[in-house]
Amino acid sequence: MTEAAAAASDAHSHSTPREEKAFGFWLYLMSDAIIFALLFATYVVMAGNVADAPPPHSQFDLTHVFAETMILLASSITFGFATVAIGTGRRPAVQLWLLVTFALGLGFVLMELTEFRSMIAAGAGPDQSGALSAFFTLVGTHGLHVSIGLVWILVMMAQVALKGLSVPVVSRLERLGLFWHFLDIIWIGIFSVVYLPGLIE
Amino acid sequence: MLGKLTIDALPFYSWVAMGGAAVTVLCGLLFLGVITWLGAWRYVWKEWLTSVDHKRIGVMYVMLALAMLLRGFIDALMMRAQQAFALNSDGYLPPDHFDQIFSSHGTIMIFFMAMPFMTGLVNIVVPQQIGARDVAFPFLNSVSFWLTSAGAGLVMISLVIGTFSTAGWTGYPPYSGIAYSPDVGVDYWIWALLISGVGSTLTGINFVVTILKRRAPGMKLMRMPLFTWTALCSSILMIFAFPALTVVCSMLALDRLLGMHFFTNEAGGNMMNYINLFWIWGHPEVYILILPAFGVFSEVVATFSRKRLFGYRSLVYATAAIALLSFTVWLHHFFTMGSSASVNAFFGVATMIIAVPTGVKVFDWLFTMYRGRIEFTPPMLWTVGFIVTFVIGGMTGVLLALPPADYLMHNTTFLVAHFHNMLIPGVLFGFLAGYMYWFPKAFGFTLDERWGARSFWCWLVGFYLAFMPLYALGFMGMPRRMEHYNAPEWQPLLIVAALGAMVILLGIVCLIVQLIVSIRRRHETRELTGDPWNGRTLEWLTSSPPAPYNFAVLPRADEIDAFHEMRKRGVAYKRPKHYADIEMPKNTAVGILLGGLGFVLGFGVVWHIWWLALASLLGVAAALIARAFNDDTEFRISAAEVEEIENARYGALARAVPKSVDQPSTAAEPLPGSAA
Amino acid sequence: MTKRQAIFSRSRGLLAAIAALPLGGCVFSRSPVIDPKGPIALAERDLLFTALAVMLIVVIPVFLMTFLFVTRYRASNKKARYAPDWSFSPAIETVVWVVPALIVIALGVLLWNATHKLDPYRTLAAKAEPLEVLVIAQDWKWLFIYPSQGVAAVNELVFPSGRPVNLRITSDTVMNSFYVPALAGQIYAMAGIQTRLNFLANAPGTFTGRNTQYSGDGFADQHFSVMAETPAGFEAWLQRVRQSPGRLDAAAYESLAKPSIGHPVTYYSGVQPGLFESVIAKYAAHPAAGHSGHE
Repeated sequence: MTEAAAAASDAHSHSTPREEKAFGFWLYLMSDAIIFALLFATYVVMAGNVADAPPPHSQFDLTHVFAETMILLASSITFGFATVAIGTGRRPAVQLWLLVTFALGLGFVLMELTEFRSMIAAGAGPDQSGALSAFFTLVGTHGLHVSIGLVWILVMMAQVALKGLSVPVVSRLERLGLFWHFLDIIWIGIFSVVYLPGLIE
Repeated sequence: MLGKLTIDALPFYSWVAMGGAAVTVLCGLLFLGVITWLGAWRYVWKEWLTSVDHKRIGVMYVMLALAMLLRGFIDALMMRAQQAFALNSDGYLPPDHFDQIFSSHGTIMIFFMAMPFMTGLVNIVVPQQIGARDVAFPFLNSVSFWLTSAGAGLVMISLVIGTFSTAGWTGYPPYSGIAYSPDVGVDYWIWALLISGVGSTLTGINFVVTILKRRAPGMKLMRMPLFTWTALCSSILMIFAFPALTVVCSMLALDRLLGMHFFTNEAGGNMMNYINLFWIWGHPEVYILILPAFGVFSEVVATFSRKRLFGYRSLVYATAAIALLSFTVWLHHFFTMGSSASVNAFFGVATMIIAVPTGVKVFDWLFTMYRGRIEFTPPMLWTVGFIVTFVIGGMTGVLLALPPADYLMHNTTFLVAHFHNMLIPGVLFGFLAGYMYWFPKAFGFTLDERWGARSFWCWLVGFYLAFMPLYALGFMGMPRRMEHYNAPEWQPLLIVAALGAMVILLGIVCLIVQLIVSIRRRHETRELTGDPWNGRTLEWLTSSPPAPYNFAVLPRADEIDAFHEMRKRGVAYKRPKHYADIEMPKNTAVGILLGGLGFVLGFGVVWHIWWLALASLLGVAAALIARAFNDDTEFRISAAEVEEIENARYGALARAVPKSVDQPSTAAEPLPGSAA
Repeated sequence: MTKRQAIFSRSRGLLAAIAALPLGGCVFSRSPVIDPKGPIALAERDLLFTALAVMLIVVIPVFLMTFLFVTRYRASNKKARYAPDWSFSPAIETVVWVVPALIVIALGVLLWNATHKLDPYRTLAAKAEPLEVLVIAQDWKWLFIYPSQGVAAVNELVFPSGRPVNLRITSDTVMNSFYVPALAGQIYAMAGIQTRLNFLANAPGTFTGRNTQYSGDGFADQHFSVMAETPAGFEAWLQRVRQSPGRLDAAAYESLAKPSIGHPVTYYSGVQPGLFESVIAKYAAHPAAGHSGHE
């Protein structure tokens, strides 16, 4: 085999850094999904361990949770618009949709904090029972992820502003998108496993 | 201002603890002093601490592991000494101190000896073995290493400031909860595990991507060397298992810091959930450690039997089967919790099924030796010692997989003997074999074989002396973790076990002597070919130590044992007509910075110094964001520089004594140099 | 003698040597697991030995092959055949997968049956009605309550031999593990949870019981005497306990439950009814009642 052919086959056999990073990020998401799976399992196991504290579901407010859910779902859609804008290379549109996504995400986090505050005020804080510990940890871990996502959005907006839609920036935006949609899916899990059964009760 | 930290945190409570603290501080100062004395700070900083080269990072992992092996072994000696004396007396250690020692022994040996040793070998070898220039994410690799070091640092500093956990390496609640363990010990344990656990998860991701995406052209999955296969399975397990450790440690931390009730006795806590979650990580962890060691044995046994590995496919399938099954057996760690007979029986059977692929591996190694030409170099000695000894451990493991037998032997020294019987031959012998096998690759000179053999015999004999008595003591009903005891019939066996530990100490001394002797004779034992053992896989194609880019031209791997086949065809050392520029990752201080911040974060949380914890957390965020803005992370080695390095390499090859390829009849390969 | 016979006789010699090992030390052969004093521990030990024997079918060939291959195929022995590219044999592969698999199937069947037969929750079938004892693990001692007899003892468990003993076990502290190796395997004691253990002593005798789960400073001294008595001896013991002045009411229990190391054997002539249940209820996860392991 000639060197030229060998060099050519090098180029083919190795993935691009972007592909490698996307694959690596998928692996990270799988690992994170296991964290959530175990938190879900813990919540299901411990939901009845209310001891002398109010059960978590006694604190749920359907309209509040529904609004939270709609906001987060909407933020996923607006991120989708940002992705479309990246595809067409329109920087201002990318920035606008990222900003809208950020605002919606921030709204979600603030609503969650409000819920937590009112629960703690009502004597249903995370230190009151095993069930409440599991509730706050599961929902709070998701909220923490969304908050990190918010910081990430800001960082990416700055990068789009400073560096433009360069290859590394777009590749980062792709992974941010994966992360954001992933959190949406987790939230749907939380809504169905934590809030819905609680509200039906 | 300093949270719970006061002057009382210094170990004034006992002379032994004071001595431990003093030795720790002295060793640290000595290490720094030597670097200063050599005037090597600039070199150490530029070439090592900030390096993202997988080989350098691998070497640092192994150094960390060997240092922690010493620390963990001193713990073991102290325990053996205490139990040898403590019949109806308090021995020389108070319970609280003895308990810290068995906790730190287990924690260190698993997390900060075996894990870094494994990760180090994988780092040094796997990219070369698959014909790659580096791992997929070199910067992440540096971060992983420094996070692991930060965890190790937290365990070490607990010797000097405060105390370590007394809850054992498994940290079972409710004992490890704030109600029963109000000291900082458990917090040190939690944060050491959490911080290094993040590093391990990232390592897993890094190596799965590296192995699946960066293999040399032609290297299909079923052509990968066995060590790479085991590294792949182990990395996959890291990705899927370590989240469980993260979750369980975080929950325990929340219980302790925020008064939550995951595992407390009261307010609806459920400690059984901890035990389940812990072992959902803990059992795969055994295979995370043992599979790469199996990989080392596979490489070593083929190389030193001068023969192809027998049953390659079987070995691959067995590895994958073990990895998969490792997630289905966690309950066997607590058959005695009162689960129903059917649940216990299910997990018992699942556990025994793992014995099948493991047995297959043992037979495949044996048949690799069959009709070979076995050379008893130190790596091969460790391998043969492993096979014989490991089989005994496997047997006692199957015994413990029978729930009714486990009711009898659980929590006794029989259990302790069993898992040491898996981990010492199965993991440590493997890593020491790997250390002696790949040392010349990493440093360019071979390790002294006589001292290696001496070390092996001391370890082997010491192992039997130290642990066979513990099997017997288990039958005599001796629980593990006894600070003193009232049964005179146990003492003779405990004295034998202590003697065994002394023999192992000799083995460790031999290891140290081997290293010193080899470094002093390095000019005589210089390894010029890059292939000291007549190796079979691609890592032996590179020079020793390899160039920063490993391969000037990426090799092709169209068969198993690619390097061996190349040599047979006489093309291994064929020079390309011209070289191209090579892009390599730039070194960066962000990795060590993140490790340092992780350490400070852990320390701050342990002592409730909240401003410090918050500041370091913000530092972590700032460092990551700054790194994210840096797109200039690579540099170029020009074709001319590559050619210069390669000229030197081929010059050395021409001077080297050639080795013949193992062939039953046909002629050996021509001189490596003459191909140039 | 053919080669196969030679290997066979050698493996028999090895088997005999291994079998002789436990007989080496007189002390060892009288140790509780090797020489149990009740049917449960005996069955558990026999299972252990049976499995050990079955596994030797694989383990002995491994030892022999290692020894043979390592000596015969050493590099210095140029007479041995050398086949550097020989790396696959369907026959060998089949054997190394199938034989261990068959052994595991056999052991699996053994395991499944034994685990159900030796379920610690199973009440033992015997002519005599089982003796009920409630066990509470404390820091760092064991409290035994005899509900039918209305007495209690600390660090001393006494019962008539030949009569099944049915223990219900919980903890008023961290997790403990209740272990009397001469009579039966262990079971965890956990707060808020009730586990069970059933055993029987064949003949009168005194044994040692321990906590095997590390539980803190007093762990090493947390052992207790287990005495199987004749029926008359058990009655006499009950009489002695009934004559003791102490009564185990809520207050006495509170002071007993405080951590103590090497607590002396203490008798209580009376026990507040429902004490055991109230200790479990103290840690109840649900408002209704404490939950328990499988029943």
